[in-house]
Amino acid sequence: MAQSTSSVITLNVNGEKRTLPVDHRTTLLDALRERLDLTGTKKGCDQGQCGACTVLIDGRRAVSCLQLAVAAEGREITTIEGLADGDQLHPVQQAFLDLDGFQCGYCTPGQICSALAVIEEHAAGWPSAATTDVRPEAGVPPLTADEIRERMSGNLCRCGAYVSIVQAVARAAGVETAQAAPALPQQGRTEEGTAA
Amino acid sequence: MREFGYQRVFDVPGAVALLGTDPEARFLGGGTNLVDLMKAGVERPALLVDVTELPLGRIEATADGGLRIGATVTNSDLAADPQVRRHYPALAQAVLAGASGQLRNMATIGGNLLQRTRCGYFADLTKPCNKRVPGSGCPAIEGEHHNHAILGASEHCVAVHPSDMGVALTAFDAVVSYETADGPGELPLAEFYLPVGDTPHLETALPSGALITGITLPPNPVAAVSRYRKVRERASYAFAIGSIAAALDVRDGLVREVRLAFGAVASRPWRAREAERLLTGGPASAEAFAAAADAELAAAETLPHNAYKVTLMRNLVVAVLTELTEEATR
Repeated sequence: MAQSTSSVITLNVNGEKRTLPVDHRTTLLDALRERLDLTGTKKGCDQGQCGACTVLIDGRRAVSCLQLAVAAEGREITTIEGLADGDQLHPVQQAFLDLDGFQCGYCTPGQICSALAVIEEHAAGWPSAATTDVRPEAGVPPLTADEIRERMSGNLCRCGAYVSIVQAVARAAGVETAQAAPALPQQGRTEEGTAA
Repeated sequence: MREFGYQRVFDVPGAVALLGTDPEARFLGGGTNLVDLMKAGVERPALLVDVTELPLGRIEATADGGLRIGATVTNSDLAADPQVRRHYPALAQAVLAGASGQLRNMATIGGNLLQRTRCGYFADLTKPCNKRVPGSGCPAIEGEHHNHAILGASEHCVAVHPSDMGVALTAFDAVVSYETADGPGELPLAEFYLPVGDTPHLETALPSGALITGITLPPNPVAAVSRYRKVRERASYAFAIGSIAAALDVRDGLVREVRLAFGAVASRPWRAREAERLLTGGPASAEAFAAAADAELAAAETLPHNAYKVTLMRNLVVAVLTELTEEATR
C-alpha cells in the first residue's frame, strides 16, 4: 500500500493552533519560517550543528532543523516570538539587550531560547559535562562561567559575542556576573608598552 | 530528499507490525542522525514509523539492583536520572559529553545505539564508501583518517562508532532488549555490533525489522566509582578522538575489580578485556596501568594520521585509573 507523503497537521505554536498541509519532508524550522511567517527562528547550518534554529518543544530546547514538522504535531512549540509578554521582554531577552549579548543578531533567537532552557535545566538540578561530580549527593553545581559555556555550547556565534552572552545568561539566571565573567585582561598600554 | 510516508505508533506490537521487514522503512526516534542523513541522501526511507510515543520512556530499578532503561528515554533524561548518576556515574558523564543540550533533549537511547559513523566519506554521496555502497572502496585509508579506527578495523572500512554513551554501557555489560514479529530477544552489547571484516555495511546483530525496546544494566560492583573522559579537538560539542569509560575497586594497593572500555578507536565501543585481565589482582600503580594499556593496544593497526591515538589512549588509561585509585582509596 502506497503511503501518503503529506499530511494536514495542527501545530501548537506560542499558544496558538495553526493547521496546515505539509509534505512530510518539511522540517519544523521550514514550517515556522516559510509557512507560518515566524521568521524569528533562524536557519544557520540546517544540520543540527549551530543552534540558530533552537526552539522549545514541550518546554525543552531542540534544534528545529532536525525536527520533522509532522512529528511535532501535538507538541507545544515556543519560538522567540512567544517569549515576550506584549512589550514586556522576557528577562533573558532583556539581559541580552542590556549586556550586548550579540553583535549581528543572527544567532540571538536561538541563543535566547537555549539560555532560557539552560536556566531551567540548571534549576532542575541537571548536571553538565563541566560538572565535576555528577552524583546527586554532590548537589546542584553553581552556574559558573564554565557551566554556562558548556551548557550553551550547542549555540555558535560567528561574531564571537560569547563573553557578553555568558554575562547575559548569568544575569538572567540571577548569578553574580563577577563570578560568571572572569575579568578581561587589561587592554591598552602597560609599563612595557602596548599589551598584546 | 525522497518523499516518504509517516506513521506514529503507540504500542510495540503495532510498531513492529507496521515496519515489517520492509528494507525501505525506518523507525524514527529523535531524528538527530536519521533526518540529517536523509537530508544528505545517505538514508532514503519510503516510510518513517515514529516510535517516540511508545510506552518505553521509563528508567526503573530491576529486582537484582540493576537498571532498566526504556528505548525512548532521551539522552537528557538518562544523564539527569539520580539512579544513573549514583550507581553508574560514568554513564551520566558519557551522555553529557555527547552532542549539545538541544540534541540530548531530542535523541533517544535506542537511536543512540544505532547512530551511524561520522566518517566524512560515509556522508558524502560523491565518494566511494564500503559502508554505504558495498564494494565501492574506502577512500579514508589513503585519505582523511585522522579520527579513524586503530583497533578491529579492516582493509574495507576504518570508520569509528561515534557514541559516547555506548562506551560506558559496554564497560558495564549492558544488554539490549528488542522486539520482533516473532517475539522478544536480547543481545549483550558486546555482541550487538558486528565485526567489520568485509561487510562494513552490516553493523549490528539485530534481526531484520527488530525494534530496540530497552537497555538493561546489570548490578555492577564497581560502577559507583567510575569515570568517563573524552578527548576532542575543542572543549565541547565535538565527537571524541579518543575516550575511556573506567570503573575501579582498589583495596590495599591492589586492583580488585576493573572495567575499561575505549571510544573512537574502533567500529564499536571497545571493551579492553586484555587490560582488565592484566590489571585484576595486580598493583594499582601508574606502571601497571601503562603496561595494561600497552597490552591492550598491542593489536593496534595505525594509519599515517591516526597513530597518535595509541599514545592518547595509553595516557588516558593511566590518567583515569590513577584518578579512580585516588577516589577509591579516599
